[in-house]
Amino acid sequence: MKQLLKLRVNGEEYEALVGPGMTLLDFIRNELELTGTKEGCGLGDCGACTVLMDGKAVNSCLVLAVDAKGKEILTIEGLAKGTELHPLQEAFIGHGAVQCGFCTPGMILSAKALLDEHPRPNEDEIKTAIGGNLCRCTGYVKIVESIKAVATKEEK
Amino acid sequence: MYLPQFEYFEPRTLDEACSLLDKYRGEVKVIAGGTDLIVQMKQKALSPPYLINLKQIPDIGDISYDESEGLRIGALVTHRAISTSAIIREKYNMLATASSKVGSVQVQNIGTIGGNICNASPAADTAPALIGLSARLKVLSGKGERVISLEDFFRGPGETVLGDNEIVAEIRVPNIEPYTGAVYLKHGLRKAMDLAIVGVAVVIRVDFERKKCEEIRIALGAVAPTPLRAKIAEEILRNKKIDDGLVEKAAHEAAWECRPISDVQASAEYRREMVEVFTERAVREAFRGAEAS
Repeated sequence: MKQLLKLRVNGEEYEALVGPGMTLLDFIRNELELTGTKEGCGLGDCGACTVLMDGKAVNSCLVLAVDAKGKEILTIEGLAKGTELHPLQEAFIGHGAVQCGFCTPGMILSAKALLDEHPRPNEDEIKTAIGGNLCRCTGYVKIVESIKAVATKEEK
Repeated sequence: MYLPQFEYFEPRTLDEACSLLDKYRGEVKVIAGGTDLIVQMKQKALSPPYLINLKQIPDIGDISYDESEGLRIGALVTHRAISTSAIIREKYNMLATASSKVGSVQVQNIGTIGGNICNASPAADTAPALIGLSARLKVLSGKGERVISLEDFFRGPGETVLGDNEIVAEIRVPNIEPYTGAVYLKHGLRKAMDLAIVGVAVVIRVDFERKKCEEIRIALGAVAPTPLRAKIAEEILRNKKIDDGLVEKAAHEAAWECRPISDVQASAEYRREMVEVFTERAVREAFRGAEAS
């Protein structure tokens, strides 16, 4: 039986009738047509589906859409302000941390969740924060460098 | 990947949840964080026609502590909340560590301690840690409540003594006495998103001169069908003066008390070796913690 789902995504209010079996990932991609969030494994292992829910990084493939009611969701589309990219997006591009780009939205959101809570993390803390995000292309080095760059920039 | 069809309920009280469990007994599952259940449903290992979401129930999501009762953790408390809780880090740091090793940040943000325990993976991280801390569970049903020692809760991989109309409401951890050290070590290949190859929890209490072991609990994960207490290893150290030779002997004994299997993660032989290595490490570390306390 469908339920009325009310939530905020990237600062905007949305209302929709959803069945209980729809995941937050399905809702974001299919109902809202925000396809920046990816389905990598569908089982919470790869982190490609990572979004921020009330500021916390979660695997949207494991969250029932109805469970996101009343929550504030941030997807990758919510980071840039018009044509002005978020510092994390700039850093990933500048440091060569994007190859195929499939893991990138999830990586950036996990990094954002970390920096919002700990503006000056050390390398270990960065690696723990992205521990749930797999990348098959880059070998992670440039991803960690990009996040570090944003973190140290915030010091100045 | 899609979920099978189900009917969905969001009770607002434990009583409501229990009567739904009675009404749809045998065909219903409860969902907390969903990090295990949703995966199992997507893999078609489980297709419950009815699902009860517990997250709208207010009484089972808190952490509380007092000197006499000890620690009470609501079943819906997430691993993230446990690993960042000031009171748990201060008084039960070993549990904060165990919760911080579950899955990944994303999993810890929604996965719950109650769900982790009830999923009853033999490799779960919080189970040996809580068994080491002598945890008990408050379990509710339409018929009332009962309290079960966590050590007696597990029956086999994915199996517990929980009836199909019962809910775990709370985890109770007794107060930690002075001169106690507690450690949880997880041996795995990766930093995150990995099952333990071997998990070892040690809680040791020493005398006030910090030389003799007065009480010790050693709980092992991932090396038996359920989390396991290494009782023979414990006996070697209990009421004895701690020295290297004794610790080595106990660790060796623990390696032979467990019943590991060979699987894609590791061979049984390797697991046994690692039980010995990590039990020794954990006992030493816990002893150092007790000395410093």
